[in-house]
Amino acid sequence: MKELRKIFMNGIIDENPTFRMVLGMCPTLAITTAVFNGIGMGLATTVVLICSNLFISLLRKVIPDQIRIPAFIVVIATFVTIVQLVIKAFIPALDAALGMFIPLIVVNCIIFGRAEAFACKNKPLAAVADGLGMGLGFTIAITLICAVRELFGVGTLLGYQIMPASYMPMDLLVKPAGGFIVLGLMMALMNKLLPKKA
Amino acid sequence: MEQILTILIGSIFVNNFAMSRFLGICPFLGVSKKLDSAFGMGMAVTFVMAMASLVAYMVNAYLLVPFGLEYLQTIAFILVIAVLVQIVEMVLKKVMPSLYQALGVYLPLITTNCAVLGVTQLNVTEGYNLLLSVVNGTASALGFTLAICLFAGIRERLAIGNMPKWMDGFVGALITAGLMAVAFNGFSGLI
Repeated sequence: MKELRKIFMNGIIDENPTFRMVLGMCPTLAITTAVFNGIGMGLATTVVLICSNLFISLLRKVIPDQIRIPAFIVVIATFVTIVQLVIKAFIPALDAALGMFIPLIVVNCIIFGRAEAFACKNKPLAAVADGLGMGLGFTIAITLICAVRELFGVGTLLGYQIMPASYMPMDLLVKPAGGFIVLGLMMALMNKLLPKKA
Repeated sequence: MEQILTILIGSIFVNNFAMSRFLGICPFLGVSKKLDSAFGMGMAVTFVMAMASLVAYMVNAYLLVPFGLEYLQTIAFILVIAVLVQIVEMVLKKVMPSLYQALGVYLPLITTNCAVLGVTQLNVTEGYNLLLSVVNGTASALGFTLAICLFAGIRERLAIGNMPKWMDGFVGALITAGLMAVAFNGFSGLI
């Protein structure tokens, strides 16, 4: 139990996929203009990550080493297709907001990276804990970035007006350039607050 | 003809893949420390994207749509891309071993470069025909090459400059990329 807890926490802080490993940058930058999108994207990725980690871990002795990359991709693409169809059917607003970035979860390097680095070497239960930790680490990180960009770029949070009416929103932050700059500054802040363990 | 020109300018400058659509950011940040490997990466991506647009269009129009299997698009496209990347890898290893060495782990990772899967998805959602798909794929990749080469040029200079310590590594790279994106934002009124 203690072991599983450690694996879980590892994804949230020590090896946080966004701030530490610098993986999955495309969705991190592209859809983090509103908190709603960030939570949706984070949870969708988490679901895919848990399922793909579980299945790849179960199949780890069956998949030959030479063709593991295509095999992993087919497993991941299957779960992404399922998630895509579910979101389309039940949360059409999220589907409209994320657009092509839902099918692009397939090529999110966090998922592929965890399959290669963790799931294909560990037992199913540990792989699920790792998927959950990494997924939530990613969700927390992108939601934080979303919050900064939405609060200062539009003056709202989850669509509610937070800033006083006299506040002039910084338009730049919700533009592509703002994504790069906010992520850079937050990464610097993380390095300062939570120094890497040597 | 006019439509082709619009796609060319639109994909290279206005909706630049790296700077405004945020596709292909991993290699953009990862392989941009040296100008020549950045250029090699750009060229490899260009080839894969042009071929992927062509093959994905054919798979979609002649295989998936007639049988009503559009929901399999993501899986079909990613398999097409994985095969193409494997071919490029084998050709480069034989023909240009030095570039093959320089690209290293990022070469097989073109498979998971979202720019490639992204462009095949875009071609479908925009409803481009065969010719326009290939033009869009090539132009988007050239835009990506332009951005990564400019970025690598700046990073080569910054590496010998005197940067504050907290801006080491990714932090400085991201802020540089942000300032470049501001410049690319200037193209936005062009079309």
